[in-house]
Amino acid sequence: MSELLVLIDHSDGAPKKLSLQMLSAAAGLADDADVSVSAVWLGAGASDAAATIGAHGATKLYHWDSEDAHGYVTLPQVEGLQAAIDASGADVVFFASTNHVKDVASRLAIRVGGGVITDVTGLRVEDGRFVATKEVFGGDMITTSRVADGHVQILGIANNAFPAEGAGGDAPELVALDVDLSEAATAAKVVSVEKQVSADRPDIAEAAVVVAGGRGLGNEDGFQLMEQLADVLGAGVGASRAATDAGWYPHRYQIGQTGRTISPTLYLGSGISGAIQHRAGMQTSQNIVAINKDPEAPIFQIADFGIVGDLYEIVPKLVEELETRKG
Amino acid sequence: MKIIVPVKRTPDTAAEKVIGDDRTVDRDAGESVLCPVNEFSIEEAVRLKESQDAEVTVLLVGPESAQSTVRKALSYGLDGGLQVTDDAIAGSDALGTARVIAKALESREWDLVIFGNQSTDARTCLVPAAVAELLGVPSLTYARHLEVEGDTVTVHREHEEGWDVVEAQLPAIVSVVEAINEPRYPSFKGIMAAKSKPLDVVSLADLGVSADEVGAGNAAATMYEFEPRPPKEAGTVVEDDGSGAAAAQLADWMVDKKFA
Ligand SMILES: Cc1cc2nc3c(=O)[nH]c(=O)nc-3n(C[C@H](O)[C@H](O)[C@H](O)COP(=O)(O)OP(=O)(O)OC[C@H]3O[C@@H](n4cnc5c(N)ncnc54)[C@H](O)[C@@H]3O)c2cc1C
Ligand SMILES: Nc1ncnc2c1ncn2[C@@H]1O[C@H](COP(=O)(O)O)[C@@H](O)[C@H]1O
Repeated sequence: MSELLVLIDHSDGAPKKLSLQMLSAAAGLADDADVSVSAVWLGAGASDAAATIGAHGATKLYHWDSEDAHGYVTLPQVEGLQAAIDASGADVVFFASTNHVKDVASRLAIRVGGGVITDVTGLRVEDGRFVATKEVFGGDMITTSRVADGHVQILGIANNAFPAEGAGGDAPELVALDVDLSEAATAAKVVSVEKQVSADRPDIAEAAVVVAGGRGLGNEDGFQLMEQLADVLGAGVGASRAATDAGWYPHRYQIGQTGRTISPTLYLGSGISGAIQHRAGMQTSQNIVAINKDPEAPIFQIADFGIVGDLYEIVPKLVEELETRKG
Repeated sequence: MKIIVPVKRTPDTAAEKVIGDDRTVDRDAGESVLCPVNEFSIEEAVRLKESQDAEVTVLLVGPESAQSTVRKALSYGLDGGLQVTDDAIAGSDALGTARVIAKALESREWDLVIFGNQSTDARTCLVPAAVAELLGVPSLTYARHLEVEGDTVTVHREHEEGWDVVEAQLPAIVSVVEAINEPRYPSFKGIMAAKSKPLDVVSLADLGVSADEVGAGNAAATMYEFEPRPPKEAGTVVEDDGSGAAAAQLADWMVDKKFA
């Protein structure tokens, strides 16, 4: 039986939520595709994560315990993954469809003769090959694609498209990879890492609930109110481009066509009009709530629940109401 | 220093009918524009031109009708254009496009290539890294800050948790995110001058690319079906009357749906 590789994206020693979602998706399709699921962990920490990875369906865990995996830009990951492909003979790779990992997939595809599909939200198997669906043009269209025969299938899985179900498998067999970095792989080095996250607030791409603020907040301090609301909900905080352009919130939290695409189970936008470029990044949220003082704001056209009114009146009351209900 | 800025022509986001009968993006439908993300890569090149006397060439792979987009890019004050036009390119996937861009880059001298991190239509983000791989050079992508000093390029590479400071020697490829700068508008002088800037239009044969490396028939990833997303049911909209009832109703709804 051939193997399907899932490249585990991890941070601070723990697999990201998307990595567990990818493993579950792979495990769910393993019979149809006649493959066994193997995980690939590049960098330190594989053995500590093995139990979790096994519980989500992987029977093998290829690992490369080297600082080099993250000490240089992109290529060590490509070469680590390439070593796993060589060791396994795999013809399918799942990767986290997020910015930095897309670069790994792109360079890998050139090296191994692969085809890449990014931002996959649905998968099935037909005639032994994967058929992928994805949403394009801001979720207005759903397309179906596949990687042509004779090419390695390199599939980027979108956040929150598949549930992360722990099927309760045994700890996977650990296989150490032998990676001999090329000279090119160390040409771009990581000098330092600047982390600026709040430890207890999830990232917007991973979060089940995202609270977003726009120009209607009026100023930077408005985001404190957004963070308050987020913290009662265990939510991530995002922003419209009007808000990031004004410098009220960092660009990496911008949702939209030229920012990030999110698909949480709940998006709650305040003081955001819902311009087409903003909708392109959040339209596929399962539930949309909008608070806006303009009843004509386009965001209400896609809202499951909307309140017309002043966000500075409504949001503090909402925080209170939610706190009371929490008890 | 010699810089090349690859730019894409994309359909205007606000326009409709973007997928043509051949199931690729129909670039002739509706208004087409210079991909807005490329305004940021062009601005970054213009800044390097101002601070380091760089010579900047814009590169576009696309149909003949996209020449106006090359001229538009030139109007920001760039020095010359290179356009690759060939019927055989139609329907290429991101990696096919990257092959053509890589060959075009090999036909010129350069130290730095500045991409946008993504295009507003395809949004794959795959092209810059694929081009770097084909050329065997570093890819410092998602730059929110860029510096070139001598032969060293340093980039603040944005990610979900902040950014990495990364560096490499030239020649190198970078891609930029919107946060990197605030693009200026082209000046009247720039718009006039763009009309007479040198622009080379070349074919695949000119670049030594064989037609069976590109195009729809040779794409490694192919899209073969598309359908509009099913319309959404209208939701509940309530007006806040100042009593707090609306907020309470929303909180109930959220609890009911198990969000809170
Ligand atoms: C190429 C391009 C790319 C773009 N990419 C993005 C992108 O990635 N993401 C993005 O978000 N935008 C993007 N935009 C910008 C987009 O077109 C809009 O300009 C932007 O989304 C508007 O942000 P906003 O909704 O916060 O502001 P506005 O459109 O100004 O809306 C503010 C809203 O707040 C409401 N409001 C004001 N005060 C209050 C109050 N006290 N209480 C309640 N409501 C209030 C107003 O009624 C209004 O509807 C892009 C634009 C272009 C041209
Ligand atoms: N046809 C093209 N011609 C020139 N540059 C392109 C083309 N397609 C993509 N690019 C460049 O690649 C970047 C990333 O695009 P993409 O990988 O399609 O998301 C864009 O911002 C452009 O700089």
